[in-house]
Amino acid sequence: MTTTASRAPLTKPASRRRPFNPRRAGAWALLVLAIAVSVLPFLWVLRTALSTNNALATNATSLLPAEFSFGAFKRVFGLQSAAEAVAEGGSGAQIDFWLYLRNSLIFSSVTTAGAVFFSAMAAYAFARLRWKGRNAVFSLFLGTMLVPPIFTALPNFLLIKNLDLLNTMLGMVLPYLFMTPFAIFFLRQFFLNMSREVEEAAMLDGAKHLRIFFQIILPNAAAPIATLALLTFIGQWNEYFWPLLVGSQDDVRVLQVGLGVFKSQSPQGAPDWSGLMAATLISALPVLILFAAFGKKIVNSIGFSGIK
Amino acid sequence: MTTLAKHSRSVSPAADKPQRNGGLRQLGDLKIALLFIAPAMIGFIVFYVVPTIRGVYLSFTEYNILGDPEWIGVENYAAIAKDPLFWNSLAVTGQYVFLNIVLQTALALGLALLMHNVAKSTIIRGTLLLPYLMSNVIAALLWFWMLDYQIGVVNQFIEWAGLPRVAFFGSEAWAIPTQALINTWRHMGYTALLIFAGLQAIPGHVYEVAKLDGASAFQTFRKITIPLLRPVLVLVLVVTVIGSFQVFDTVAVTSGGGPVNATRVIQYYIYQRAFTESDFGYGSAIAVILFLILALVAFIQMKFLKGNESDLD
Repeated sequence: MTTTASRAPLTKPASRRRPFNPRRAGAWALLVLAIAVSVLPFLWVLRTALSTNNALATNATSLLPAEFSFGAFKRVFGLQSAAEAVAEGGSGAQIDFWLYLRNSLIFSSVTTAGAVFFSAMAAYAFARLRWKGRNAVFSLFLGTMLVPPIFTALPNFLLIKNLDLLNTMLGMVLPYLFMTPFAIFFLRQFFLNMSREVEEAAMLDGAKHLRIFFQIILPNAAAPIATLALLTFIGQWNEYFWPLLVGSQDDVRVLQVGLGVFKSQSPQGAPDWSGLMAATLISALPVLILFAAFGKKIVNSIGFSGIK
Repeated sequence: MTTLAKHSRSVSPAADKPQRNGGLRQLGDLKIALLFIAPAMIGFIVFYVVPTIRGVYLSFTEYNILGDPEWIGVENYAAIAKDPLFWNSLAVTGQYVFLNIVLQTALALGLALLMHNVAKSTIIRGTLLLPYLMSNVIAALLWFWMLDYQIGVVNQFIEWAGLPRVAFFGSEAWAIPTQALINTWRHMGYTALLIFAGLQAIPGHVYEVAKLDGASAFQTFRKITIPLLRPVLVLVLVVTVIGSFQVFDTVAVTSGGGPVNATRVIQYYIYQRAFTESDFGYGSAIAVILFLILALVAFIQMKFLKGNESDLD
C-alpha cells in the first residue's frame, strides 16, 4: 500500500488511473491470498488448541474455539490428571512438555553458542591471517556442505554409541558444537569486508591476535554474528533427525521429537487434536517470538545466504 | 565468490605495509592460525571427514551394531539392485522431488514477481517467510490436522464445494502429493525471497530500455527477466532438488512410509533398514547411493551455472 501512495503523486497523469488498475488489484488479491495461506493455519492451530477435544467433531468449522478451554495446554504440561484428560478427549498418557521445552532450549543454545564462537575463530583464521594452504583448507570445509546429513548421521550415531553417550545431552550436542560450514562461510565473508586500519594500528602497538580477535573483530562484527546466531538457533530448534536417533529417552527428548511421540500416542480413532495443536503451538512459540523481535534481520539475511 | 575475489584484491595494497617486514610474520601466522581453527578442525575431522570414510566402509560390510562389521564386498549393492523396496523408494522420492520443483518454483516465481512489482514491504516478505521458520514436524502436524479426513477444515471446504472428501494421508494416490504440498507450503516464501533478491539485482535501466523499445510486459518478462534471472533460478532449483531428496521429517511424523509403501522415501527407508532392522551395512550402502545422486545434482548445477555466467556477461 505504501508504494502506491508514495508513487502516485510523482506521476501525475497516471495518478488517477493507478488505484483502479484491475491488474494491480488482481496482483494484490493474489498477494493477500498468499499471506492468508501462510498465516491462517497458525490461527487455526490456536483455535484448535483452545478447544475441548471432544467438542471438535461437532464444531469442525466454527471460527471460534469449540467449547473454549485451557485443558489442552494443561494436559500437555502434565497438569491434568489422567481421568480429567480422558474426559476431555486426551489419551491419558503422561506427557511433560516443560521437560522437552527445557531440553530444546539447552540443545539449541549450547550448539548455537559453540558453533558460532568456534566458527568465528575459524573464519578469522580464514579471512585475516596469512598461512600456507589456507584456501585449500577452506575449500575442504565448504565441501562438507555437499555431504547429506543422513550420510554422516549413521557413523556419527555409532561413534556416540561407542562413546556411551546415547541419550545424553552431550551426545546430542557434540556433532554441532564445533562448527557449521555455513557459519564459517558466512562470517568469513564479513571479516573479509571489515576495514584493516584499526587492526593494524593495534598490531603496531604490539597487540596479539587473540586480543585483536576479542577486542576488535568480535565487537565490530556483532551484527552479523547476531544474525548468524539467530539463524543457527532457529535451525537447531527445528532439528528432528539427529535428536530422534540419539535422544529418544524422555529426560533428553527435545520438543520436535516429543511432538512426534505425542502424535503417535494418540489413539487411531479419535486423536487428541486439541492437545496436539497446543503442543505444536508451544513448540512454535519461541521461534514466533524471535521472529516478532528480529523478523527484519531474518528476512534481510535470506538474500545473502541465497546468493552464495 | 566473484565479489570475494574482487575484494581480497582491493584489500591487498593496503595490507602490503605490514607484510613487508618479512617472512617471519608468515610463520607466526601459521602458528596462530592453527590455534584459531583448532576447534573447528576437530569438529570437521571427527564429525565430517571420519564419518564420511566410515560410511563408505560400512556400505561394504554386514553390520548389525552388536558384533563387528564384516567385510562382504559389493554384496549390499548387489542386493539393493534387486530390492523392489529400494526402487520403490527411489520412484516415490523422485515423484516428490518433481512435484516440489514444479509447485515450488512456479509459485515462488509468481510470488517473487508480486513482491517485486506490488509490495516491497519487509513486513509482507516476513509474513510469507513465516512457514519456513517452522520445523518440518510442526508443518507436518499442522497440515495433518487441517487435512484430516473426518473433521479437518480443508475437507469441510471440499464438501461444501460439492466434491467428495479426500483421504490426503490415507490414500496411495494422494500420499506423496500431500507431502509435497506440505513442503511447498513451508518453502514457498523462502524460495520466493531468493528469487526476489535476484530480481532486485537486475538493473532498472534494462527495463527502461525495453520500455522505450515498446516491449510488452510479457515480452519483457520472457526476454529479459527470465534470462537474467537464470543463475538464481538454477540455484533455487538445486536447493529444492537437494533438499527434497532428503525428505524425512514430515513422512516420519505423519504417514510413516504408508499407506503400503506410498511414502517410503529414500531417507525413511535408510532409517528403517539401519535403525529398525539394525542393518547398518545395507542402510549405509543406500546412503552412499543417495550421496552420489546429490553429488551428481551439484555437478550438473555447476555446469549449468558456468554456462550461464558467460551468457550473462
